[in-house]
Amino acid sequence: MTKTFKIEVSEKGLLKALRGFFNALLEQEDIHALLAPCQLPSQTMVMPTLITAGERVNQIDPLAPAFPMNSAKIASRLTRKSSGGKIAALMRPCEIRAFIELVKLKQGNTEDLLLIGIDCLGAFGNRDYQLWAGDNGDDASRQYAQEVLSGKKTGRDNTKLTQACQACEFPVSETADINIGLFGMDTDREILIQPLNDKGAHHLNAIDLPATEIPATRAKDIERRISEKISFRDQMFAQVGEQINSQKKLGAFLSSCVNCYNCRVACPVCYCRECVFVTDVFDHDPSQYLSWAQRGGAVKMPTDTMLYHITRLAHMSTACVGCGQCTNACPNDIPVMALFRTVAQRTQAAFDYQAGRNLTENPPLSEFKEEEFEEVVGIN
Amino acid sequence: MTDEFEPTIIAFFCNWCTYTAADLAGTSRLSYPPNVKIIRVMCSGMVDPKYVIKALLDGADGVLVSGCNPGDCHYINGNFKARRRIKLLKEILPHFGFETERLRLTWIAASDGVLLAETLQDLVAQIKALGPSQARIQMAI
Repeated sequence: MTKTFKIEVSEKGLLKALRGFFNALLEQEDIHALLAPCQLPSQTMVMPTLITAGERVNQIDPLAPAFPMNSAKIASRLTRKSSGGKIAALMRPCEIRAFIELVKLKQGNTEDLLLIGIDCLGAFGNRDYQLWAGDNGDDASRQYAQEVLSGKKTGRDNTKLTQACQACEFPVSETADINIGLFGMDTDREILIQPLNDKGAHHLNAIDLPATEIPATRAKDIERRISEKISFRDQMFAQVGEQINSQKKLGAFLSSCVNCYNCRVACPVCYCRECVFVTDVFDHDPSQYLSWAQRGGAVKMPTDTMLYHITRLAHMSTACVGCGQCTNACPNDIPVMALFRTVAQRTQAAFDYQAGRNLTENPPLSEFKEEEFEEVVGIN
Repeated sequence: MTDEFEPTIIAFFCNWCTYTAADLAGTSRLSYPPNVKIIRVMCSGMVDPKYVIKALLDGADGVLVSGCNPGDCHYINGNFKARRRIKLLKEILPHFGFETERLRLTWIAASDGVLLAETLQDLVAQIKALGPSQARIQMAI
């Protein structure tokens, strides 16, 4: 069995203990930089930050319920070519899954990257986080982690986790190189550090960490959390399925869409370097609009809203990890994630695929077999 | 004259097999219904899902994609790629109330003018029975 380790937590708290671990990691000769969510100096938001100096680890905050962007895109930027060094990246499980999808699409590389996952405590929407945390990020995160880990109601007021986080059945990464375990641990005393493969073990062996066993309480705690999320998710699928089951209803669902395309900018797995919807293909002639209007007597402007969303579903739903950044980015509060996950669960099931599950399965639309899906051929 | 519903069907035919079959049907004086509007593409594998989505949202009552038989693709495997895309669309579109019968994929060889005419006759009959697409009635946004 692979050895597991722990970091001890002093009365100074979880964040301090985690920061000590990252400092030790950064001191390793073959780790040149660390990508981690960090409190900005204002303490009003947490952003992915690339750290090379040990003293900057004091800004790291993976516990904050802030998730302003999916850092898979950042990891992709940092690894699409060699950076000349090795980078450790601390990411949420959904960020790791999205990154794995990008690696499969040749938009990232795991070779010079050490992926570190952390049990995900979930996040609020951007505006909710800022209202909730004010400008005391660190303290807010400490309190938040304590509440989530002890199983108490979250938030100082009624601020809720995003719908994406409530419906996420993958709060623990299985595809990282190292996982930092919080669930089911006595986090007042210790945090679990678990290598998930040889690469992870190699880097952990280089740091002098005390060994530990995984407590039995951990699996149970994770199972309980996941089953709650799955029941929320399935309710969401049923509810959204009902809300979109005709073209008219889908139109109502998307009625406040202004074609800003923020959802695809925020989407970590929208992989096209240039989206067709911002190219000349959709830069129609004025006379074209008139002819569309004349055909039906009226045409809604901007046009092609539904075409955009359904095309995006065709492009990326098999890679959708449900991180919810699309919803987060929508200026008009359309629950985009709920729509996309509802469709994605079916498209992924159809190809027996699960986004981000591993690096070995090819994206469904990148391969084929000579004998398959005979049921879609023919007219009878 | 009756007011029978006349569907519009958009058909994407590959240049090498099905389009040639349509040509052959013509030169053989076989008839098929005028409801089918044929778009010639070089390969069924180049039919982007958004062409299909656009056609259906703009009120087509049916979309047919047709290419070479498995193993006969002029570009070796374009038709297998088309099959995966059609599979994908058939998983997405029903969420929004589009009947899967409105989207069809067939393989028709260049020598099969008869099969082409029969297929189109059958398809038009089926879509007539299904009735007009919701997109015809509803303005797509």
